[in-house]
Amino acid sequence: MKKPRLCLSPENLALAVFLLLCAQPAFAHPQKGEAVGFLTGFRHPISGLDHVLAMVAVGLWGAQLGAPAIWLLPVAFPMVMAFGGMLGLMGVPIPGIEYGIALSAILLGAAVMFEYRPPLGLAAALVGFFAIFHGHAHGTELPPGQSALLYSVGFVMATGCLHALGIGIGTVHRWGWGQKALRVAGALVATGGAFFLWKAIA
Amino acid sequence: MNQPSKSRLPLCAFVGFTLLMWALPAEAHLNSTGMGPFYDGLMHFLLSPEDIIPVFGLALLAGLRGAHYGRRALFVLPIAWLLGALAGLTSFASAPHPFIAAAWFLLLGGLVAADARLSLRTTTALAGLLGLYHGYLNGTGMGPSLSTLVVLLGLVFAIFVIVALVAASVVRLRASWTRIAVRVTGSWIAASGLLMLGWAVRTR
Repeated sequence: MKKPRLCLSPENLALAVFLLLCAQPAFAHPQKGEAVGFLTGFRHPISGLDHVLAMVAVGLWGAQLGAPAIWLLPVAFPMVMAFGGMLGLMGVPIPGIEYGIALSAILLGAAVMFEYRPPLGLAAALVGFFAIFHGHAHGTELPPGQSALLYSVGFVMATGCLHALGIGIGTVHRWGWGQKALRVAGALVATGGAFFLWKAIA
Repeated sequence: MNQPSKSRLPLCAFVGFTLLMWALPAEAHLNSTGMGPFYDGLMHFLLSPEDIIPVFGLALLAGLRGAHYGRRALFVLPIAWLLGALAGLTSFASAPHPFIAAAWFLLLGGLVAADARLSLRTTTALAGLLGLYHGYLNGTGMGPSLSTLVVLLGLVFAIFVIVALVAASVVRLRASWTRIAVRVTGSWIAASGLLMLGWAVRTR
């Protein structure tokens, strides 16, 4: 009799990521201030739709481009975003943050929509450039009285999970209908970005 | 001729009831008694993210390079940690410097993300420095006593187990995407270090 095997297929991984993202906090025995720091950090990137759109779009685009972009882009974004966060924490001013965030959703969404395939360096530079705006916005909005370490860990993990969500959704790219669905998703991201740009200008 | 079989239910119920009455209190939450110095040390490490994340990073780094590196880190790190803690026992309590804490995150996370091909000697030196520094910080303020030594044993035991589990798990990874996942984890550690650095500058 054939034994059932645990298969680490992309579909199973996407399901696992989805289930992990659905998990609620346990609140078992939090140290004073610590769990709050982690949860506040974790919630911060997912609290704004403009950030979520861009981060998921990075995962979608990486999945469209395939290896090595599928892992290089989600590595580049959190690293450069943390650098932007550091600049924000230090009080280094960057002009036009809200425009940059909205433009990131528009351009990354458009890249997914048109399946734009630039050289890897250009794709990483584009993602990294916009990550600075997202990180800076988060860095300047940090609430006081948090555990710096746990806040930072939660913040970076949430960003990575959003990329993973995008990659998980992007695994449908292997099918013809999936490629069309991804392009529609890119169009939706770009439309959302246009809305946020309009809000920033108005 | 078949005799009507007696139901065993009353007997089982009686035995079950008696066993339940014999049950001792679990004392799962030892608020009054504590867990003992060994478990205090063990739990102190497991509940201190500023300690456990660099150890995790070093274990990932050693695991990426292979079993030999993993074995070296497995023994050097806990021993250095113990020596550092013993050296710190006579000092006053001191907190980790935020810049150095952030630098450890950046260094170890960056090396894992880059899949840096460090020599065994460099990895050993990193493990030794990390153990001495964090061990010293753990040891400060404890005061020399017999129970302190047991606390340190628990702490070192926890480090040994974490390094063994993490490094061994990484060593046996073969699929390329799993090694990439390890490097992504490293990039997250480094990114956290960058944010901690900004935070440290802001709160100075």
